[in-house]
Amino acid sequence: MTGEIAWPLYDAGFWPALLLGLFFGLALEGAGFGSPRKLTAQFTLRDFAVFKVMFTAVLVAATGLWLAETAGLIAGNSVYVPTLYFWAIALGGALIGAGFALGGYCPGTSATGLASGRWDALVFIAGMVVGVWIFAGAFDAIEPLYLAAEGPKSQTLDQLIGLPTPVILAVFAVVAVAGFRLGSRLEARFGGPVGAAEIVGGEATGRTRSR
Amino acid sequence: MNAAPRPFWPPLVAGIVLGLALLATFLVTGHGLGASGFFTKVAAALGDWVAPEATAGNSYLGGYVRGGAPLAGWITWEVIGLVLGGLIGSLTSGRFRAQVERGPRIGVGRRLAAAFGGGILVGAGARLARGCTSGLGLSGGATLAVAGFVFLMFFFAAGFAAMRLVRRNWT
Repeated sequence: MTGEIAWPLYDAGFWPALLLGLFFGLALEGAGFGSPRKLTAQFTLRDFAVFKVMFTAVLVAATGLWLAETAGLIAGNSVYVPTLYFWAIALGGALIGAGFALGGYCPGTSATGLASGRWDALVFIAGMVVGVWIFAGAFDAIEPLYLAAEGPKSQTLDQLIGLPTPVILAVFAVVAVAGFRLGSRLEARFGGPVGAAEIVGGEATGRTRSR
Repeated sequence: MNAAPRPFWPPLVAGIVLGLALLATFLVTGHGLGASGFFTKVAAALGDWVAPEATAGNSYLGGYVRGGAPLAGWITWEVIGLVLGGLIGSLTSGRFRAQVERGPRIGVGRRLAAAFGGGILVGAGARLARGCTSGLGLSGGATLAVAGFVFLMFFFAAGFAAMRLVRRNWT
């Protein structure tokens, strides 16, 4: 089916990286993720774009990877799967969630904010650099926590739960549909979602805040 | 400059495009999309510039600078593309605005201080977790990695909890 081309290509070159990043950036900006007010409105339930976009993307890519594997295009274990270090990932994830609510971005969306003209994104990036320095300075003390509670290498949900991948994908699809419906209902109740005109139009020409 | 911007894409459309870009990344490179790894490289490069000995001797960042050219690498080219894609999107849609984006009840100084403090939490958190919303949440989630879903659960739980404290910054 693929002739002599072996997938994945394991190509780490400049041009594919630039092009893939470009589509990543177009999608994040198109979704409205250059705006910290839209991003953080997820956590006031006024805007479910963060959940909707992320969940859709995970479902699309996971389904595509499963199809590629089922069709024999790629072998099993041929793409990188991170390993769980429970406490480091739980605490790190919580720090990112809290920093996102406070600062308005995560690392990827801060690049999108910068590309949308947001000075606050540049300051957020400077903060991230300082955060890396603080982590590096404390690394020797943190290392036991960094390595604690290591899970099985590259463990996936189907291995953990013992269900076939298509069943898990089907459950995800049901959760996605339910999440979209619930999210849209909450958005309507809280005067969302946050539109582009409200963000950059000076005077809000989109929907106004309900209160 | 202040012509009405074009609306954001519907979340379903943005999610499908993002998912296809992520899938293509896996097929081309064997791994997913990321972001925080680039900012780690920036921190290593700046550390190498202002305090070369301390950086080279650091047990975490030392490995980034010992071989020279700490910025070089796949994730750097990808983040350049990420910024370019964002620029193309924001400029062609009328959504680009040079501004400090903030809620109606917070001043510029406080907003920038919050951005800096939030950045510190995110920068340190991403190193602790070994990735961020992109590398662990999105890319890990797409491989059905348990690590990705543990990350997402704690990320969303902490986001909702923290928003109870900082809601006035945004609304």
